[in-house]
Amino acid sequence: MEQFGDAVLDHSEFRGDVSYTIKAERLTEICEALQGDARLDVKLLSDITCVDWLGDEQEEKKGRFEVVYNLYSIGHCYRFFLKVRLDTDDLKVSSLVDLWPGANWMEREVWDLFGIEFVGHPQLTKILTPDELEGHPLRKDYPLTWEQPQFSFNKDAPPEVIK
Amino acid sequence: MAESKTVTLNMGPQHPSTHGVLRVIVELDGETVVRAEPVVGYLHTGIEKTMESKLYYKALPCTDRMDYLAPMSNNLGYCLAVEKLMDIEIPEKVKWARVCLAELTRLNSHLVWLGTHAIDLGAMSMLLYTFRERELILDIYEACGGQRMMTSYIRIGGLAHELPADFDKKVRSLIKVIREKLHDYETLLTDNEIFINRTRDVAVISAEDAIAWSLTGPMLRGSGVKYDVRKANPYSGYENFDFEVPIGKKGDAYDRYLVRLEEMRQSLNIAEQALDGMPEGPYRAHVPGVVLPPKEDILYKMESMIFHFKIITDGFTAPKGSVYQAIESPKGEIGFFITGDGTNRPRRVRVRPPSFINLAALPKLCAGRLFSDVVCAIGSTDIVLGEVDR
Repeated sequence: MEQFGDAVLDHSEFRGDVSYTIKAERLTEICEALQGDARLDVKLLSDITCVDWLGDEQEEKKGRFEVVYNLYSIGHCYRFFLKVRLDTDDLKVSSLVDLWPGANWMEREVWDLFGIEFVGHPQLTKILTPDELEGHPLRKDYPLTWEQPQFSFNKDAPPEVIK
Repeated sequence: MAESKTVTLNMGPQHPSTHGVLRVIVELDGETVVRAEPVVGYLHTGIEKTMESKLYYKALPCTDRMDYLAPMSNNLGYCLAVEKLMDIEIPEKVKWARVCLAELTRLNSHLVWLGTHAIDLGAMSMLLYTFRERELILDIYEACGGQRMMTSYIRIGGLAHELPADFDKKVRSLIKVIREKLHDYETLLTDNEIFINRTRDVAVISAEDAIAWSLTGPMLRGSGVKYDVRKANPYSGYENFDFEVPIGKKGDAYDRYLVRLEEMRQSLNIAEQALDGMPEGPYRAHVPGVVLPPKEDILYKMESMIFHFKIITDGFTAPKGSVYQAIESPKGEIGFFITGDGTNRPRRVRVRPPSFINLAALPKLCAGRLFSDVVCAIGSTDIVLGEVDR
């Protein structure tokens, strides 16, 4: 990762899992270099996910959302994570669909559940939640028991009969 | 010249060959598929959100309900991830028992897959045979955890109870039965001309494409890539076991069938090795404050009772940080990405769902093929919609 110089903001290891926090605007460039490097052999994009750090002041300063790219080298049996920090006012990161077609659904899921916009994605639409649902359910400020669209009502808005 | 028009056809969500509630929008030019687009989400219940709202150890039953054909594998993945986060050492006996159960789960899932895949392609009788054998595995689940499907038997730090007294005997007789029956299945399908015609060169994906589409499990190995988490990054003591990882050549549905069938044989061998080498010891790790003390102790020891009470009501506090633990589930690599934030509830639980990610490649498998091959492609992907939608 040294070759990317100042694009790598942080490097950490926790319980054997190695992760690098990188600048969001350099993501595509770094992934392309990793994928093309025959020595590293990082060919499998295992997963894309996101962590919402709302309410944790120390982490929120670095950016509320942490998009996590889980990369794996089949040849070397080695896994590491690329992390990108995004702040609420600019929830955009470039899409990796051109590099890995498998990123398509993973990015759609993160868009659906967290509202991170992947720039350059061919079809960034909802994938898991119903079309009528507003908001992004896995954000920490989305209420746990709020039912959308409402089928049975719930304790946040009890129907007249219960009152 | 006549104008060529395509027809858009809706398949599902309620359709027997979609293995649940999967909808596929198929654009057809005559009989040929121009575009097949899966639409998912009908079973979305927000399992990840639910797990994030619960104490670490109370989130466990949610994992059974994702891939309901492989409950023990999901339990194992989640428990290993939490154990990694909490840095807990697990007793040897538990590791061996977990391996044995995980392999039985692989058999369970593959048997259902074999029956349903065959019935999709017109071989009706397979389903009856495979469900007959699956029943034996469910009996063992019931003897262990008291439940046939939602077992929750593997717990953080060990197992829910001691293994049943006749576990060894039961599993051995099951291995004997299934080993014979596997041979019978092969006589029904492997050289069956109709089955070969329906699966050979159908839903082909090359090794490069399979990797680019992030496929794992039998989908990836069917294309000839030897990647199995059990060999590549052994967990729960898999490094002590002697087994082969079967791979295919062409990457078509028939190769995947052969791979899964061979995997079942290997699973039987692994389960047998686990029984042979099962050491004596406690069925749960002794980590006060994190792992529940054994039930016997709670009745007689004051400290055990206090810890039990504290863990049940308040859980345990996990350190701040993210861990990822992948295991080889029957469908592929299932991974749990858990972020602790210094409280007693996880900040983030992400399941890397193999069914979901494998299903994303369906358009690739179907494009340019005949419409009837869509059914074969869905079947050979081996999806469980509970896990796709979560």
